[in-house]
Amino acid sequence: MKVYLYLGVMILTVFLIRALPLTLIRKQIKNRFLRSFLYYVPYVTLAVMTFPAMIDATGSVWAGVAALVVGIVLAYIGVNMFNVAWICCATVFVLELVIRQIGT
Amino acid sequence: MSKGEGMQDEERKKSRRSAILQGFKAGIPIGLGYFAVSFSLGIAARNAGMTAFQGFFMSFFMNASAGEYAGINAIRDSVGILTTILVTLVANARYMLMSCALSQRMDPKLGLGHRLLVGFYLTDELFGIAIARPGFIDPYYTYGAALFAGPCWAIGTAVGILVGNLLPESVVSALSVALYGMFLSIIIPPARKNKVVAGLVLLSFALSFMFSRVPFLATMNESLRIILLTVGLSALAALLFPRKDEEEETPDEGASDKDMSDQDTEKQEEGKA
Repeated sequence: MKVYLYLGVMILTVFLIRALPLTLIRKQIKNRFLRSFLYYVPYVTLAVMTFPAMIDATGSVWAGVAALVVGIVLAYIGVNMFNVAWICCATVFVLELVIRQIGT
Repeated sequence: MSKGEGMQDEERKKSRRSAILQGFKAGIPIGLGYFAVSFSLGIAARNAGMTAFQGFFMSFFMNASAGEYAGINAIRDSVGILTTILVTLVANARYMLMSCALSQRMDPKLGLGHRLLVGFYLTDELFGIAIARPGFIDPYYTYGAALFAGPCWAIGTAVGILVGNLLPESVVSALSVALYGMFLSIIIPPARKNKVVAGLVLLSFALSFMFSRVPFLATMNESLRIILLTVGLSALAALLFPRKDEEEETPDEGASDKDMSDQDTEKQEEGKA
């Protein structure tokens, strides 16, 4: 039941974030600091959530590191989201297979 | 009702139907991508002890990747409700930006119901395809895309929770990085084009690593770490590197579609010149 309390709070919060500006704001936000702050927020949030969580998520830390490097390179050269995601997965799968082979 | 108004009604219905159909088609590749990513989200939810129905419920009503992931962490760590609200705000702050941007493209006459429903489905991808069309935002186009992509997202999460159990450990380990790969594809292209963003991403990586490894700091849970670092670093960047007005007309970080963000950057560079 506690999980549904969390979910309800999350659902309401995210809905208000998305719907309120759309319904209330008819003009652009003027404050430069606020605009700059809002602009930078997504990059910092996603970066903090990605690292080091990405290298902690895999069975082998090194497979995670390799997937991180591969992901950064692919995203840098403009590969789309879906392809970056599955190639990162494939990198981890193959590397962990190799690591297990060496280990035994 | 006059004859003319009747004809207009007919035409409106026809254009609605075609907008829904066009949106539905655009939603198919988006939905397939959603399924794969939400599957890995389901694995994270399973590790946090959530049931398949809870995962479906969460994804159906939240429609957020990073936001749901942050929420799963909050549930896993049983943080307080206030922390949960804060981390949801921070992890989804970019939607506030998109919503502001989208408000500039809405027909001023568009009713409250449409605005709320478009807001409900304001994801990175649906935002991207909606603003890519000329003129006022057509809510029916968004509904068409959401009709396919929305259920894919919710079902993918539930399947991830269910089947995550049956998959061998090597596959689960591999799939667990899908979400992070997606995050990288959102933050890296803008970092390539903007040195401030690039520096900010590197600094975020470094501090996040430090906070998770340094003995005393590592006792802080992940949700709190995300909030503190996001607010602190973003405020610092906004103070040191405030953005020029013309740079921000369209938040390109939201558009995962490469062509979209390229166009936005071109616009921004024109603005600078």
